Amino acid sequence: MSQNEKTNWPLWEVFIQSKPGLSHKHVGSIHAADAQSAIENARDVYTRRSEGTSIWVVPANAISASSPDDEGEFFEPANDKVYRHPTFYNIPKGVKYL
Amino acid sequence: MDVKEALKIFALNHGDDALVLSHRITEWCGHGPELEEDIALSNVGLDLLGQAQSLLNYAGELGGEGKNADDLAYRRREREFTSLLLVEQPNGNYANTIARQFFYDTFHYYFLQGLKNSQDEFLKGFAEKSIKEVAYHLRHSSKWVIIFGDGTDESHQKIQEAVEQIWKYTGEMFEVSEAYSTLQKANILPNLDEVKSNYQTKISEVLAEAKLKIPEGTFMSTGGRNGIHTENLGYMLTEMQYLVRTYPDANWD
Amino acid sequence: MDENILLENFQKKVDAEIKVEPKDWMPEKYRKTLIRQISQHAHSEVVGMLPEANWLTRAPSLRRKMILLAKIQDEAGHGLYLYSSAETLGADRQDLIEELLSGKAKYSSIFNYPTLTWADIGAVGWLVDGAAIMNQVMLTRASYGPYARAMVRICKEESFHQRQGFEIVANLANGTPEQKEMAQDALNRWWWPSLMMFGPTDDNSPNSALSMKWKIKRKSNDELRQDFIDRTVQQAEAIGLTVPDKDLKWNEEKGHYDFGTINWDEFFEVIKGNGPCNQERLSARQEAYNKGSWVREAAKAYAAKKQVSKAA
Repeated sequence: MSQNEKTNWPLWEVFIQSKPGLSHKHVGSIHAADAQSAIENARDVYTRRSEGTSIWVVPANAISASSPDDEGEFFEPANDKVYRHPTFYNIPKGVKYL
Repeated sequence: MDVKEALKIFALNHGDDALVLSHRITEWCGHGPELEEDIALSNVGLDLLGQAQSLLNYAGELGGEGKNADDLAYRRREREFTSLLLVEQPNGNYANTIARQFFYDTFHYYFLQGLKNSQDEFLKGFAEKSIKEVAYHLRHSSKWVIIFGDGTDESHQKIQEAVEQIWKYTGEMFEVSEAYSTLQKANILPNLDEVKSNYQTKISEVLAEAKLKIPEGTFMSTGGRNGIHTENLGYMLTEMQYLVRTYPDANWD
Repeated sequence: MDENILLENFQKKVDAEIKVEPKDWMPEKYRKTLIRQISQHAHSEVVGMLPEANWLTRAPSLRRKMILLAKIQDEAGHGLYLYSSAETLGADRQDLIEELLSGKAKYSSIFNYPTLTWADIGAVGWLVDGAAIMNQVMLTRASYGPYARAMVRICKEESFHQRQGFEIVANLANGTPEQKEMAQDALNRWWWPSLMMFGPTDDNSPNSALSMKWKIKRKSNDELRQDFIDRTVQQAEAIGLTVPDKDLKWNEEKGHYDFGTINWDEFFEVIKGNGPCNQERLSARQEAYNKGSWVREAAKAYAAKKQVSKAA
């Protein structure tokens, strides 16, 4: 472990916005010594084919994830709230672009 | 000297720089200090290869003998290459590679900035496209100069030595040849004094931030533009041109 | 919860084609199998850069050189995607790389063969990438989410690799007699090792059953190998090259090609370290790693200093 501490660059999670207007999406991770290098490395690794317009990097150890055991209390309440989904609403026939 | 002849010489000069430097960069591929860095450096190599191809094709067109970039890259001899001595210097350790890249990128960036105002349509377009690439190259190499300079004692020492070693090859970039002055008068190429002054400011800033000493030596090696190279170039061409020379009639696309 | 119930639920989920995600419960053996497989795959991408980079400085035209550099760069990227997905399973890239460098971890044996002529660069793209793609397409449906997602990304980028390889071989096959000979020679040397890439025959592949049950794999080694042969023989014929197998014959009844016996002794010798380039490949990676250590340390030290000055 001490060996790793010495030479291993920290891990960063990478989020890419593929087009303006869309949200950033997790694409993977990279290693880099600092945030600026992390952004540059992410640009070189994950956007070689112009896949992105904006990049976020987050230290992997700064991300807290929900635990699958909590899945019930965490996500099921939202499953009930169908009014948040557009398909909940009836739209009269012939009405477009909504 | 007429403008067309001067343009051909210029396109060859800068095309050869990009070709030779990209070749050095490809030598790192698969052997870089970290995977992320291997990828970053390959990007620089790819940009330079693309630039070499454009400029050498342009030189070929201007030459009027029906030669394309491949003919010029693969079928000329060492004395016919007009690249800077700087770019043919061997990779050495990563600090040597970064130092070579940093001085070239800084020159390249400010040069292209001036070239964006060129009266030559092709070169103007070329500069507008390339400067975006080179801005990134410069960001990359100057970042590493600072990291090495202000990183560990070992990295500081390595980059300081690398800067000292490459220093004498950094003067050639600012030499004004007959072709150059012809083109400058025609507003095709930027004023090299201005490029140099921007270059010196940037170099001083970066080296200061990196806690590095600017070398005091004033002697500058020269000869590349006239085809008088260091011994390094011949070996590079031997390798680069091997297939084309072994099978002169074959087509490789 | 009882381990057996967890295992049963896990299997139900896999059977229902629901992806397994990093924080989900998974059998320890599933996790270990995946780490081993994904890291081997990552190592293969990284070691696989070497035989191709061997011709980068001798590529015969600027276009070929650019394509090859972009392709090798993709492979470094693919290695990174894969290490990244192995890290979601709790592995550490540094540890994985150290296992590679110590010779403990394996990578695809094909990269222990030398690239002797320019035609080999074509053959590697056409045959080696072609074989790899068969496997990778299957793996886009692997039950482990991050692995499957990495594979989707890889497959998208990989499509040009095989084409550029085939294009090189096809151009050589249509070139001068010397070029055609070069192309045939490359096919002769790369054909059999490419078939070995799919791994031992099904009756000699002890881990396969569990991997299929857990939907890490979805096709057996022999099925994938047969698919590859069926596709590739026609491609070789189209450009006038001969597959070096005198037993190769279309079997109307099966709808597949019959083919000769693979030299499995060679396969196991190469795995054991006795291939033509095992030592060279490993020492190239070791050297890159060792020579890069001061670079990585410098970046860490610099970042730490910046952190301190930011905090102050």
